[in-house]
Amino acid sequence: MTDISQSGPVLAADGTPLKRSLSRALRMQKLRALMLIAPLLLFILVTFILPVADMLFRSVENRIVQDTLPQTVEALADWDPASGQLPEEAVFAAMAADLQIAAKAKTHTRVAKRLNYENPGVSSVFRKSGRKVGKWDLATDGPFREKLIEIDDGWGDVELWRTIKTYSGSFTSGYFLNAVDMQLGAEGPEVRPENERIYNTMLVRTMRMSLIITFSCILLGYPVAWILANLPARKANLLLILVLLPFWTSLLVRTSAWKILLQQQGVINDTLVWIGLVDDANRLVLINNELGTIIAMTHILLPFMILPMYSVMQTINPSYLRAAKSLGATDWTAFWRVYFPQTVPGIGAGSILVFILAVGYYITPALVGGTKGTFISNLIAYHISTSGNWGLGAALGAILLAVVLLLYWVYDKVVGIDNVKLG
Amino acid sequence: MADASNVDAFVEFERVQKSYDGENLVVKDLNLTMPKGEFLTMLGPSGSGKTTCLMMLAGFETATHGDIRLDGTSINNIPPHKRGIGMVFQNYALFPHMTIAENLSFPLEVRKMGKSEREEKVKRALDMVEMGAFGGRRPAQLSGGQQQRIALARALVFEPELVLMDEPLGALDKQLREKMQFEITHLAHRLGITVVYVTHDQTEALTMSDRVAVFDDGRIQQIAPPDQLYESPENSFVAQFIGENNTLEGTVKEINNGIALVQLDDGELIDCKPVNVSKPGERTRVSIRPERVEYNKSRLREGAHTLNAEVLEFIYMGDIFRTRLRVAGNDEFIIKTRNAPDQVRLQPGQQIEIGWLPEDCRALDA
Repeated sequence: MTDISQSGPVLAADGTPLKRSLSRALRMQKLRALMLIAPLLLFILVTFILPVADMLFRSVENRIVQDTLPQTVEALADWDPASGQLPEEAVFAAMAADLQIAAKAKTHTRVAKRLNYENPGVSSVFRKSGRKVGKWDLATDGPFREKLIEIDDGWGDVELWRTIKTYSGSFTSGYFLNAVDMQLGAEGPEVRPENERIYNTMLVRTMRMSLIITFSCILLGYPVAWILANLPARKANLLLILVLLPFWTSLLVRTSAWKILLQQQGVINDTLVWIGLVDDANRLVLINNELGTIIAMTHILLPFMILPMYSVMQTINPSYLRAAKSLGATDWTAFWRVYFPQTVPGIGAGSILVFILAVGYYITPALVGGTKGTFISNLIAYHISTSGNWGLGAALGAILLAVVLLLYWVYDKVVGIDNVKLG
Repeated sequence: MADASNVDAFVEFERVQKSYDGENLVVKDLNLTMPKGEFLTMLGPSGSGKTTCLMMLAGFETATHGDIRLDGTSINNIPPHKRGIGMVFQNYALFPHMTIAENLSFPLEVRKMGKSEREEKVKRALDMVEMGAFGGRRPAQLSGGQQQRIALARALVFEPELVLMDEPLGALDKQLREKMQFEITHLAHRLGITVVYVTHDQTEALTMSDRVAVFDDGRIQQIAPPDQLYESPENSFVAQFIGENNTLEGTVKEINNGIALVQLDDGELIDCKPVNVSKPGERTRVSIRPERVEYNKSRLREGAHTLNAEVLEFIYMGDIFRTRLRVAGNDEFIIKTRNAPDQVRLQPGQQIEIGWLPEDCRALDA
């Protein structure tokens, strides 16, 4: 009432600017909303965001060389690996001093392990020397160059020193290069020799098989979703329960069931042999290969495809199809030009869901994949839990994350993310 | 009603029956003949079978028995997309993923028409419904009335001779509905197309149609031009369903020279026009339209039969007065009078005499 005719910012009844008054009124609401989500936010922060950030950091973190061999790193600063000459005596003396301290603290094996990732063989050189260097008197026992080479002639290899120098920084691109089958050579990054390449193949295989699984899910799921959406509600609910039934069974149990079904002495092969379709001597290899992984994972991920497609199809009024037919379209044209385009958001949502789940799948490929049907996640798990090369595992994980985000971005550009409907 | 041998017949239903469950007939013995260019409305309460008839004509439902003919050929076994019948749906069914122009172009594309011809026809159809500027928009960006026009244009763009409309104006507000009623009728007559229009709104049926078929219980109760339907309903269902109607129950005393003497349940005797009563002793419902009842003695014809009535309620409605009376034990007897300068405004509690012409008082089935 008071501010109808005045110019400038609109004022509330008590004379404060209306905007400030409004934000004050909303502050309580926002605070309450924040408090409601705070427990979950905290939980996610501690159990998800922080660990992921830590793992991502580990993929570039490389303080161990600097921390364990500080004098050597300093002494190596002036050495030029391109010269092809071994470093000077001072560097060997520094190494001896560092090794003595490290051996006492038993950290020399750790740095050896780290350097061994980049230059196989380094580990044994360090281990062997660590035991002996402890007994030396640093002031009198020199020169150390000959003494070290005497223990292990690995010390006489320029490559070893180059590796130490290359990986002496606090951060390294080594893990990431390793994850894409490359290494830091004398002239910067280079491709690894053919027999050492593995990760690119695995990444490509993971992507390719995830795509195949996604398409199999679309092909198998679409008709099911269509029937679900077009049945009367009672029957549809019953069928929906059947679709959801697998969710109530342990993933491990379902995967093991596939093992029983698919193995060479399994149910499917036995049946085929019994019918006579397959010769007993030539039983089909359905498991421990790509086929096994694709079959089992398509089955396991199918509900994630059916549900979004179903919920989208449910909203499509049947009169669209009738309208198309009344306008002269055949059944197929009506489906393809009118019905199918309206289901694309459901297919998109299901595909994103299935693909992202598939790319990171671990248990099923590990159990039914053999060696040919495993995914990159199985390698990541290997590096985290068996080989202990967390940096490489983290780098592989980061690449996987980046690829998924990239595909998500491409999908957004091509189909549009607002074209994704979960219901 | 129906005449299967009619050579002029464009749309024919002959003894058509339809059952969904094998136990109940939704459509019972339907016979209907439509000449070319007619605007026919199927009117009836929900569940009366009118939409089922439309769907059978469109080809989305198959008749359980009987023959449906279009231009002399039986179309029972022709799939919907080959019938060439335009259709406007209740919810418009405009394809949401296509623009307006693409929607209109769709029936032409499936007919393999060339691009330039398509564009020309789409433009003409859009101009026809005064929506020329909207070709690039999507259906969701249009208002209900605009979507309605587009749906109409799409049903007409491939120049069908028969267009079906399934309650096309049901979702519009009253004003827009009335406007569209006129537009659709004008368009239909201008283009000379045959229209079958389904609605449950009797005003719509009366204002738009050449003929109205009143459906109830799976049968056509009466098929006639609007004025006949309103003024000479053939049975009590039609009389009740079309317009407002007063009903008095009684028994036929005698029928003489086209005049039936009916004794109402309170003992009063009145003259009526016998419509579907045939012999004395039969129960009957006497039907009188509210606007044909007169209480102003100076306006009553000499010798008109009168009844005593008590005014229960008087409602001023602007152009007319609506008065509720108690007549022969019926508390819901309505009369409507024009708001003329010399018209008397009745007061509740007032005792009056009312009368009407015997031909406006129709003795129908009980």
